[in-house]
Amino acid sequence: MGIVLGGLAFAIFGPLLNLGLWAVTEKWYYPHKLPLEYGLTYWERVFRPTGNAMESLSTSVSIALLTVILCLAVSIPGGWALSRRSLPWRTVILLTFLLPQAFPSVAVYINVARIFYTIDLNGTIFGVVLVHSVHGLVFSIWITTASFAAVDIRLEEAARNIGASGLRTFLTITMPLAAPGIMASAIFVFLESLDEFTGTYFVGVPDVMTLPLLLFSASMEGNYQIASITALILLVPSVGFMFLIERFLKADVLAKVGS
Amino acid sequence: MTGAMDKNRYLPLFLVTPALLVVVGLFMYPLGYSAISSFQDKSGAWTFANFEKAFDLYSLDIGFTVLIVVLSTVAIGVLACATGGYLTLGENPRAVAVLKWLYRWPLFIPFIVAGQLMRTFLAKNGMLNNILVSIGLLEPLQATSLLDWRGIVITFVWKQTPFVALLVAGAMASLDRSTIEAARNLGAGRVRILIQIIIPQVRQTLLVGLILSFVTMMSVLSVPLMINAETPTMMTVDMAFRINSYGDYGVANALGFISYLMAGSVAWFYLSQGVRKGERP
Repeated sequence: MGIVLGGLAFAIFGPLLNLGLWAVTEKWYYPHKLPLEYGLTYWERVFRPTGNAMESLSTSVSIALLTVILCLAVSIPGGWALSRRSLPWRTVILLTFLLPQAFPSVAVYINVARIFYTIDLNGTIFGVVLVHSVHGLVFSIWITTASFAAVDIRLEEAARNIGASGLRTFLTITMPLAAPGIMASAIFVFLESLDEFTGTYFVGVPDVMTLPLLLFSASMEGNYQIASITALILLVPSVGFMFLIERFLKADVLAKVGS
Repeated sequence: MTGAMDKNRYLPLFLVTPALLVVVGLFMYPLGYSAISSFQDKSGAWTFANFEKAFDLYSLDIGFTVLIVVLSTVAIGVLACATGGYLTLGENPRAVAVLKWLYRWPLFIPFIVAGQLMRTFLAKNGMLNNILVSIGLLEPLQATSLLDWRGIVITFVWKQTPFVALLVAGAMASLDRSTIEAARNLGAGRVRILIQIIIPQVRQTLLVGLILSFVTMMSVLSVPLMINAETPTMMTVDMAFRINSYGDYGVANALGFISYLMAGSVAWFYLSQGVRKGERP
């Protein structure tokens, strides 16, 4: 068992370690097994305030935040409505949001770009935000629906009985109780947008340069140091979230996802 | 009074409408547009020419796409069941804890990062070959680059196994342990318990995870572009090429339509399995 686990650890961490090495390499060429010189000059180049990377990072983060705002703006009312079982065609509506994950998306993005081109949305931040939102919606809708469904309806009824209005009940009782789940869905949407490549490739390029696209072009130019440092920047939130997810997504909410 | 009741009845539908409009406008409309344009020529007349050209130029890549995705899906299924199985049946608590901590790392790592990781790891003089040569498992002259269809499969399996394993392990953990204990008391080995008792009970979860992975892999453009963009490669690369080099929406959409059919056939398989077992799919 020790050998199997060791092999697995190598399979999982080997590529990550290799990336870490590339990130601190100054010089490394065939046939040397390890870098010839280590250093941080490429880090200086990436984090230089005027560099491409910082600009891409801020573009990426702005797009991701706008995507979260758009997704939550439509998902909080939508998720609340879907958490009430009386809604007609409830299952069909829930499944509709899964569709973007159920079809291969490259051809869809190609045609979104074609449509956006005619309405001047191609190459704009807003266009990219729209494309990212479609894929984020399944997370925000399904998780907010589950979070609202996990709120004990008797608490809402008690608030209504002592005279609170529907809106006040929602804002002071329902929302605070559902907040951790909504937070989890926001993180999902944020990461999905931060990591998105294909949609941005067709809709944003060359005007909107996000971090994944910068990574791609650096890698294609053979600049593995810049590509690896960019990859590390993208890795940190992804791995961090993997360890945090259980804290945000409680079992009672998880049990209600998709039901 | 009636007014208030009507308001209550329509309020939820009204609240869910903006979210639905986003999906309809930005997904269903382009999807339909793509499907229809695959049967049209540049002037808008109906034709099969796009499909003829797509098969003429890219039948090898279509085959390789099927091969890559099916092979990856099978490998992901086997590894996910093995991981979930050990987490459920493992007798060494320390090994179980290590595995539990270990297997999830690639879960949220973006495909583009996985592509970059493997681009350097699997290269001819990459870390994998260097280590295999150093420990004597490989002769230096035998070292070859894995950056072809095999590299794409390895990257997909590396990236997608944790997702399916997480789903499967969760389903296995919530199983009733009594059947497992009964089989164990009767002397069944762990592999046999896993294959004959546990996996049949988590079949539904396993299938959902594998189908979502299948479609995800069919949609990924960054990994094949970064690992191997030369023929034979995946259809996603060809679609991007038709658009970027020729502005040829007809053939790109025809390839897209073929990829919808592939994803659709997998979904159909899943639904028919559910119906045969008399369950709600």
